[in-house]
Amino acid sequence: MADYEVPEVKEYAVVPLPKDGVMDHLKPFVAKPEFQEALNYVGKKEHPDPKEMPTYVLVDGWKEKAIDKMGDLLGRYRSLQVFMDSCVKCGACTDKCHYFLGTGDAKNMPVARQDLLRSVYRRYFTFAGKYFPKLVGAKDLTEEVVDDWYSYFHQCSECRRCAVFCPYGIDTAEVTMAAREIMAHIGKGMKYSNEIIGKVFTIGNNLGLPEKALANVLEGLEEDVEYDIEVDVKFPLDQKGADILLVTPSADFFAEPHIDGLIGYAKVFHATNTSWTLSSVASEAANFGLFIGSYENMQRISMRIREAALQLGVKRIVYGECGHAWRVGYSFLNTLAGPFDFLDQNYPIPQHICEFTLDKLEKGELNIDKSRNDDMTLTFHDSCNVARGSGMGPEPGGQFRIPRAVIKAVCNNYVDMEKDTIHDATFCCGGGGGLLTDDLMDLRVKGILPRATALINAKEEHGVTHMAAICAICKSQFTKVLPYYGFTMDQIVSVHQLVSNAIILEGQVDPED
Amino acid sequence: MSTLIAVLLTLATLVMIVGLARKARQYRATPAPLKIPVTPAPKTTGGVVLRLAKEVVLFASLFRSNKWTWMFGWIFHVSLALAFVRHLRYVVDPDGLLGFMMPMLNLWVVQTAGQYAVFGMAFGLAGLLARRFLVARVRYISAPSDYLMLILLLAITLSGFVMSFISYVDITGVKVFMLGILNFDLQALPESTALVVHLVLVAILGFVLPISKLLHIPGVFYAPTRNQVDNPREKRHIVDWAKPLDETRGNYPELQPKEATEETKA
Repeated sequence: MADYEVPEVKEYAVVPLPKDGVMDHLKPFVAKPEFQEALNYVGKKEHPDPKEMPTYVLVDGWKEKAIDKMGDLLGRYRSLQVFMDSCVKCGACTDKCHYFLGTGDAKNMPVARQDLLRSVYRRYFTFAGKYFPKLVGAKDLTEEVVDDWYSYFHQCSECRRCAVFCPYGIDTAEVTMAAREIMAHIGKGMKYSNEIIGKVFTIGNNLGLPEKALANVLEGLEEDVEYDIEVDVKFPLDQKGADILLVTPSADFFAEPHIDGLIGYAKVFHATNTSWTLSSVASEAANFGLFIGSYENMQRISMRIREAALQLGVKRIVYGECGHAWRVGYSFLNTLAGPFDFLDQNYPIPQHICEFTLDKLEKGELNIDKSRNDDMTLTFHDSCNVARGSGMGPEPGGQFRIPRAVIKAVCNNYVDMEKDTIHDATFCCGGGGGLLTDDLMDLRVKGILPRATALINAKEEHGVTHMAAICAICKSQFTKVLPYYGFTMDQIVSVHQLVSNAIILEGQVDPED
Repeated sequence: MSTLIAVLLTLATLVMIVGLARKARQYRATPAPLKIPVTPAPKTTGGVVLRLAKEVVLFASLFRSNKWTWMFGWIFHVSLALAFVRHLRYVVDPDGLLGFMMPMLNLWVVQTAGQYAVFGMAFGLAGLLARRFLVARVRYISAPSDYLMLILLLAITLSGFVMSFISYVDITGVKVFMLGILNFDLQALPESTALVVHLVLVAILGFVLPISKLLHIPGVFYAPTRNQVDNPREKRHIVDWAKPLDETRGNYPELQPKEATEETKA
């Protein structure tokens, strides 16, 4: 493990005293101009010293462009316009952000983060800010301000925890998205997110896994499962006429414990005789267009799913375990890529794999032996985008009940973590919102603190051994960063990995231990 | 002096009403292109009304967030509402359209509650002001205007307290003056320093309201995070500026059908 300063874990989450600027050095790499242009953004390269790396700088006329973009977004997004006006600085949000709790940097308090943009909004768009800037904390837009934006709007994972507690429903995620969109229009796009989106456009998924490689991976998986349990579980790709198109984060094709989740979905489909397929066109459920606040890019990525569904002639769309993908799928897909009148209207469009599996479990269509998970005591991490940005099932709050019901149906030992760290008060894993990149490891190690504290308490009080999640980013962040807090990578599991463990397929022969 | 105050109050009222109406119209005219309710969210319009009512009446989210801020904030706002109702009798014309309200406004309980609400307002405001000084996080995010706003409200409260409990004002005269403004028939304002201070400060509040954070008053109703129905899968949500994108969204090169889709897996 690389060396990062790990904050001290206390028995209870302690609210730090705000310190100025302790994290202002931390900035993700800036996207190269060619990657910017692929997303309809702009970029500028400076290379004064051939011995040094080139730098990517603000484009000419950036200030006017930034203010114009802000005006454009204020006119197109009610959320941004209302949120810029209605904050009263009551402080309710100041102790709610995991990045503030982990870093103690004052500008990681949600209201302070918003104020980085709000102070400029006031200066250029409000009467009070134009004529009495000092009085209302309005600020001129300068390069230093953009510098602060670049640091602190990339220290927000857009998890919306602050919005739950705000008396006016102000959602910092909306402000962060707007700020990132503005920065992308003046040459300060973020390398990680923007290059990934470029890969989706050209290759089809975040990983840049081409069709042939994907086919190989799936074939390999079939062989692995066959070897393990002697059942020919299929992982179909581009099967025309299948009933269900499964879109899942591409991490499910190679990362641990994601891939065990994918095996779980396949086993559930196999056990219920469900005809399904993956698609090489829509080989990615993730949609980083959300993170950069770009309607257009988010729509372009979403359209691959519509296209795949049309090409393959499927009747239904089911999403695998991915948090922000599910937010885009549940909340935005109908808007961006709908209407889906060509799909079977008797099922939710799209449907979450947990909704699918729970239905089958409740109908008794799966042969489950819960004792196969008895070596574990489970808890469940509510992923922020699922918890606060989407739903499952018919009733509000189904996104909390359904994954837990799936876990409890396949495991004997389950306990929740502390009440103020679950459901809609859940803490972000520390790597969401496009921050799951090595250049932000320092932030990721600190931002996980509230979740790690709750997990450690659950371990000590209830003997919890494993934490399940339904988000590819959460799983990746936890396996990489929880080891800094004394956990091992295999203590993080996919929900459908648990299903996979407990399910007994027809003809299954278990290896003898 | 009477004329000056009358002009000031009239202007302030106009600025406040026009300013707030313009802001509300701006919020209404600005589209919300995506469904972004903070979930779990109600699945019906009735549910949304209830959700907003809980926020506006009980400050439900603030209660969950911070009990001290909730206590000071809620007591202040409820007391303000009581004091506001008590004040209505100064501007309601018994022979006018709203005259039917007079017996209600004159009820002992309404007047007494409104009178003693001044202590609630002072308590709440003092608590909120103390928080700004004492809690490091809140101090960090406070601009001068945040302190001034509380001080302005405190000054209005205190001048009201003086008239209500120490140096009584000829309230019949106040009513005559107020109805005079409303009927464009200017009458003399009763002699009272506290009254002049009170009215000038209230006028300032009216001027400041539409250009300050007091915009949380319309804002609380317009936050898409709270006022949207959670039904994106059931009902397609699309705004005007996004409709042209629907026409061109199929043109991206990667969406064009490839020659003969390969059956990768036989």
